[in-house]
Amino acid sequence: MLEVINLACIRGGRTLFGDLNFSIPAGTFVQVTGGNGTGKTSLLRTLCGLLPPERGEVRWQGTDIRKLGEDFATSLTYLGHRNGIKEELTALENLRVSCGLAGSKLTRDQAKDALTKIGLAGKEDLPARFLSEGQRRRAALARLVTSDATLWVLDEVLASLDTAAVGFVNSLLEKHLSNGGIAVVATHQELNVSAGSFQRLQLGEVAGSAGPIESHS
Amino acid sequence: MFRWIVTRDLMLAWRRRADVLSTLFFFVIVVSLFPLGIGPETQLLRSIAPGVVWVAALLASMLSLGRVFENDYADGTLEQMLLTPQPLYLVVLGKVVAQWLVSEVPLVLIAPLIGVQFGLASDTLFILFISLLMGTPVLSLIGSIGAALTLGLRGGGVLIALLILPLYIPVLIFGAGAVDASIMGADPQANLLLLAAVSVLSMVFAPWATSAALRISLE
Repeated sequence: MLEVINLACIRGGRTLFGDLNFSIPAGTFVQVTGGNGTGKTSLLRTLCGLLPPERGEVRWQGTDIRKLGEDFATSLTYLGHRNGIKEELTALENLRVSCGLAGSKLTRDQAKDALTKIGLAGKEDLPARFLSEGQRRRAALARLVTSDATLWVLDEVLASLDTAAVGFVNSLLEKHLSNGGIAVVATHQELNVSAGSFQRLQLGEVAGSAGPIESHS
Repeated sequence: MFRWIVTRDLMLAWRRRADVLSTLFFFVIVVSLFPLGIGPETQLLRSIAPGVVWVAALLASMLSLGRVFENDYADGTLEQMLLTPQPLYLVVLGKVVAQWLVSEVPLVLIAPLIGVQFGLASDTLFILFISLLMGTPVLSLIGSIGAALTLGLRGGGVLIALLILPLYIPVLIFGAGAVDASIMGADPQANLLLLAAVSVLSMVFAPWATSAALRISLE
């Protein structure tokens, strides 16, 4: 479904990766690993279309995402390491606004339900500036509960989450994959996703040679 | 989508009322300093009034422009906005409309009141109000281009002023010109029509340019 062809990324005059080739079929979990500064975030941002590729292209269902434009956006949910939580808004408002931005309207009850699932019950109406870092992350992750996009691109979303929350993200990913979705996740933590097939993408060993070095079903 | 952005920005502005009020008070204070400094020379005050009010409006809008995208950029919301299924044009237009409602409309409403300090007649005050009402959307629209271009830059505030203030000149000339004409007893219609033309033109092109600038800033 998602194909990457001869993708190269140059940031600040330094080649992060060149000639990256891989394809991700439906129901696949891709874990992007690599040290700091090896281009994980750049790769993820390129996959979303936020960063235009230096060379090569990213294809979604056979078409270049730059040509798909807004059609691609409907099948994508991206969570960056800056989680897009507004301190002035409550957790509930944050969730409803970010869903509204993504083009799906959420009723108050649906949003409450999603926040309860993610473990923020009772904190829905608290302005986000009173939430801890981990709780804000949870509020951002609540979007995944309501998202029906096929492609999830998650950048360091496990940072500052406790084990219970990581377990919950794990189960969300399993559900997503068994529904035929794709998840591309950059993380240093090990996830234990049992559904779907698994690919590991190691970045930064030698520039240009990066690629899926391990995959099993 | 458009509605979502506008309501969200209005809600955020309400929770951050102090920011909004500071722009308004800046405008009021700058305009009020002139009569205090110059003294009660009605004729002189009356002839400088259009220019003073309009220049203060331009400077006040500089204060609020930096905030249009900055907060959303810092917390990652802007990335999400770029990835929405709707055209970025609408997102930008929504944000600009919200900025106009929050930062410019209070200023337009209070302008006739502080115009009294300059001894302006009531029909001139009305023209001042109308010219600001037609001109301030242009300030927000053109200003959003500068805000998008200077996103994430250190010292962006000064840079915005250098980029944008020269582009405000037509608005200043037509806006102040309309009020001037009214003081002289002439018909301000020509200036107001030109102001409307600039308004419409920037409504079409500015969001488009801002969208392009945002994409570049977020790479």
